[in-house]
This record gives sequence, C-alpha cells and structure tokens, in this order.
Amino acid sequence: MMLEILLTFAAALIGVGLFGALSQQSIVMIMMGLELAVNGVIVAAASAWYFLTPAAPDAQVLVVLALVVMAVEMAMGFAATVAIYRARQVDTVDDAKDLRG
Amino acid sequence: MLTDVTLAVLGVLAVAAGGAVFTVDSMARATYALLASFLAVAGIVLTLDLTYLAVVTALMMTMEMAIMGVFMVMFMMNPGGLMPMTMMHNTRGAAAVGVAVFALLTTGIWTIDWPDARGRPSRDSTHQLAEALMGSHMLVMVVVAAALFATIIAGTVLATHRGRYDRFGPNLDARPPRDPIPGGLPR
Amino acid sequence: MGEAALVLLVGLGLGAVFAATDHAVLTADAHGIGVPIRRATRLLLTQRRTTLAPDRLLWRIGCVAVPLLAFGSLAVVPITGSSLLSTTADLVWFNTMEVLLWGAVWLAGWGPNAVHALTGGYRFLAQGLAYELPLMFAIITAGLGAGSLNAESVVAAQDGMWFVVTMPVAFAAFLLGAAGFAFWGPLSAPAGADIAGGVMSELSGVDRLSVEAGRAVFLGSAAAMAATLFLGGGHGPWLPGTAWLLIKTLLVIGAMILAGRRMPVVRPERFMDVAWIVLIPATLVQALAVALLVISGYYG
Repeated sequence: MMLEILLTFAAALIGVGLFGALSQQSIVMIMMGLELAVNGVIVAAASAWYFLTPAAPDAQVLVVLALVVMAVEMAMGFAATVAIYRARQVDTVDDAKDLRG
Repeated sequence: MLTDVTLAVLGVLAVAAGGAVFTVDSMARATYALLASFLAVAGIVLTLDLTYLAVVTALMMTMEMAIMGVFMVMFMMNPGGLMPMTMMHNTRGAAAVGVAVFALLTTGIWTIDWPDARGRPSRDSTHQLAEALMGSHMLVMVVVAAALFATIIAGTVLATHRGRYDRFGPNLDARPPRDPIPGGLPR
Repeated sequence: MGEAALVLLVGLGLGAVFAATDHAVLTADAHGIGVPIRRATRLLLTQRRTTLAPDRLLWRIGCVAVPLLAFGSLAVVPITGSSLLSTTADLVWFNTMEVLLWGAVWLAGWGPNAVHALTGGYRFLAQGLAYELPLMFAIITAGLGAGSLNAESVVAAQDGMWFVVTMPVAFAAFLLGAAGFAFWGPLSAPAGADIAGGVMSELSGVDRLSVEAGRAVFLGSAAAMAATLFLGGGHGPWLPGTAWLLIKTLLVIGAMILAGRRMPVVRPERFMDVAWIVLIPATLVQALAVALLVISGYYG
C-alpha cells in the first residue's frame, strides 16, 4: 500500500516537472522542471529499494545516478545559458529556435 | 504507522513545494521552493532507512539550489517578484502532457501486482551502497567519474568567453596576463 | 530528551565561550562570559526594524535556520561517548548542515531587499565555492582513516594515535573551512566592514541574535567536531571522555581565535585562487597519503 502511495507521489513530481519544463520560457526555469522530474525518480528508486529489493544495492545505485544526472544537467544547462546569453542576450527558449525543423 | 504518516506528509510537502516552483512570482522563492521539495524528498529517503543517500541528496541539492538562485536572479526579469508577470508558453498543452503522464504512471502503479520484498533488508544501507559502488557496480562509478570530468571541462569551455589570446595578447607574451580579476596568487 | 538538552546546553556554552574569547581578544576587554550574555539580552529586548518591501518569509527562514543548523551539526558529535544522532553517515550529516547554511545565509542577505546585505550573501556563496571542496576532502580524510562515516567509530579508531598526526593538512583545512562557513575571522568578508556589515547589515533584534548566536554555536560545534575527528575525541588518561572532549574543544577554540584574529580579512576573489590552486591539491594529496597508509594497514 505504502509503495503505491509513494510511487504516486513520484509520478506527481514527474508530472509537475514535465509541465514546468514544457510550459516555461526561461531556460533556467526549464532546468528547474527537469530537476523536479528527476526528484520524482529518486522517490521511486528509494521506495523500490525499501519495499521490493532491500537486499540488493541496485536501487540505491539508481539514486546515485539520478543525483549525478541532476548535477550534470545543471552544470551544462548553466554553461549553455551563459554562452547563448553572452553571444545574443537570449535567455528564453523562444528566442533560440535556430535549429527548428 | 508513524512512519507511514511521516512518509505521506513528506510526500505531500514535496509535491506541494514542487507545484509552488511554477506558481510563485519571486525567482528566489521559486528556487527555494524547489529546495524545499528536495529536502522533503531527502526526508522520505531518510525515513526509508537510506541514511547516506538522504543526507547526500540534501547536501548536493542545497549547493545546487544556492547557485541556481544566483542564476535565476541574474537571468530573470522579475527576480524579486515585485512586479507580477508570467513567462509561460503553451500552458494548456504542457498541462495536458503533465496530467497524461501522471495518469498513465498512476494507472500502472495501482494496477500492477507488486511482488513482496525480496530478501531481508540490509542493516547498514550505507555499507551496502559503498560495497556495490566499489565492487559489483564499479562500472557505474567509472562512467560517472568520466562523465563528471567531461562536464567540468565542457562547462568551463562553454561558459568562459576569454581564451589565452585575450589573456596573454596576440603573441602570447603579455605578462602579467590581462585578467579582469587579479586573484590571490602570482600568475 | 536528556541527550537533546545536553546538546543544546553544550552548544550554547561553547558558543558563549567562543564569543566571549573573541570579544576579549579583539577589544582587550576581559569581562568574560558576561559580554555575550549581556549582548544577547539586549538584542532580545530590542525592537526589530525593517526595510522597504522585504521578502519577509525567506528572511525569517534564513535567520531561524542558522542556529537550527548549528545545533543540528552538534547532534552528531559524540559528547558523552555517544552522540544524539548516531547514523551511518555522521560526517556527511555534519557537512550537510554546513552546506544548508549556504541557503540560510544567502536568504538572510536576500530577504531585506537591501544592496549591502545581498552583496554579503553573494560573497558568502563565492567564498563557499572556494572553501567547500577542501573542507569536504578534509572531513572525508578522517572517515577514510577510520574506515567509517560514523563519528563514534572515528573516535574509536584514534585509540592509539590521534588522526592529526597523519592528517595535519586536513586538520588545517577543516578549521579554515569552519572559519569560512561561519564567515568569521579572515573569511568574514560576507559580513565585512567595507559593505557596512554585509549579510548582518539589516539584521536587528531577535533576527540579529539568531544569526550571531547561530554563528557562535556553529564555530563552537566545528571546534568540537575538529577535536572529535582529528584530536582523538574523548580519548585521554585519568579524566572521563566528556571532560577530555571539552578540554580539547576549548583548546581548538583558543587556537582558532589566536590564529584567525592575527590574519587580515581576505577578499573572496583572492581566496578563490588560493583555495583552488593550493588547498584542493594539498587536501587531495593528504587524502592520497592517508589512503596509502590505510592500504598498508597502518591504522590497524
């Protein structure tokens, strides 16, 4: 029962994060949406470890991976934001669709 | 029972704080709402006996959000939220996608017949993780190390706008280098 | 319950001792423990002043968080041989309390909607990027030597010899980091006089008491942690363990003030160079040396 409830929280975090990443214009806010979605992954992996496979470390390693993904995402996101802002004073994705279609 | 209540309260807090990220006006508040969501998740992970992962999640996310706050204030037009404005596009489509994904995941979560816990819980989860990362799952650690190192270099290259010619002049012989900030050691 | 009260009491005591000694060294006015108590009472009674359009919620959170985190960091120090919160990741817990301070201090600077306070908050983050990695390496070096992240195990591992003997660089980096996260002494630029007190500039009344007391408790708690990680904690002849830990903590406090108040305030951008070019390699080499000693079976 508790596993389902926790996974529902994880799904809610992923849903809210996805909404944020898709609806926000600012690049920094999009990154916050992505982080929120990965946050949901942490909840899901931790509850999977506790309720399903506490004897195996795999779910724990998945949490470590999620943390690393967030760190990499944020570092590269900020670097790209700084680079495009330096070049063109652009800070929203709507002004950066050169590669579109 | 108490554990269940704690988990439920922390879960509600995490989702509510996550929702607040996209509804508050102030960028500082948005950043620290996200941090609150991370801390609530760290609390959940701690309640699930994953001490090390909980503490490390809180540690990493606090650092990230503290730095993120600086970038938010730097890049957003309305850092303090003193002048309400929205910066959204395709709100309806995004909401539809968010709700659809949530509905899909929830349907799966509540219809799957989850198995019972396999094996006895490890008494020391920190030790279990350490053994895995330095033993059976070492490949993960090796890949992560390379990825993080590549990130450091790529991030620096992308973010910096000055190369060696800017520092040392066209013939690379300008000493001391022309740096905007002198720094604390001889260069 | 008793354990929690003890942590509270020891934290307040160490904080008061740090503040009193610091005050005595700075002003040559040796009124001892009375000075911080008088000052705290006065701040408690003073009415708070406010600024134009502050972010009150975040401001209050920042101010309240500083002492809470300070006591939280003391909770993993084994004062009576065992600690209030004994986990399998005590050292990371201490580190986390100190990193949460990044958020708290920045919020205390952001909240009042004032330029000097915000400048102080930014300086704190910039300085944090400099001292944080050496501090982390220093803490983890002690854990490496003991083969455990639990503070009690780290103390137990120093039965024969204190870690400071094989980890002098880590010990120094830890104390420097402590000065950094408490923005005190040579690393007090976030509250510097050149920006009218920085993060502290708009604090008054209870808020100021909260941040100042929290900072003092954090310094005392860091000294206790330094004694635990590097000076053998409660190990010592004749006296009980708690007495030894407190004696060592007081000596660390004295040494910190003696050394810290002899140095000028370092500008954050200068410290950044020193931290990344000197301190990080030095603490890494220290960790490598300890790792080699661990492999050779030196720590038993």
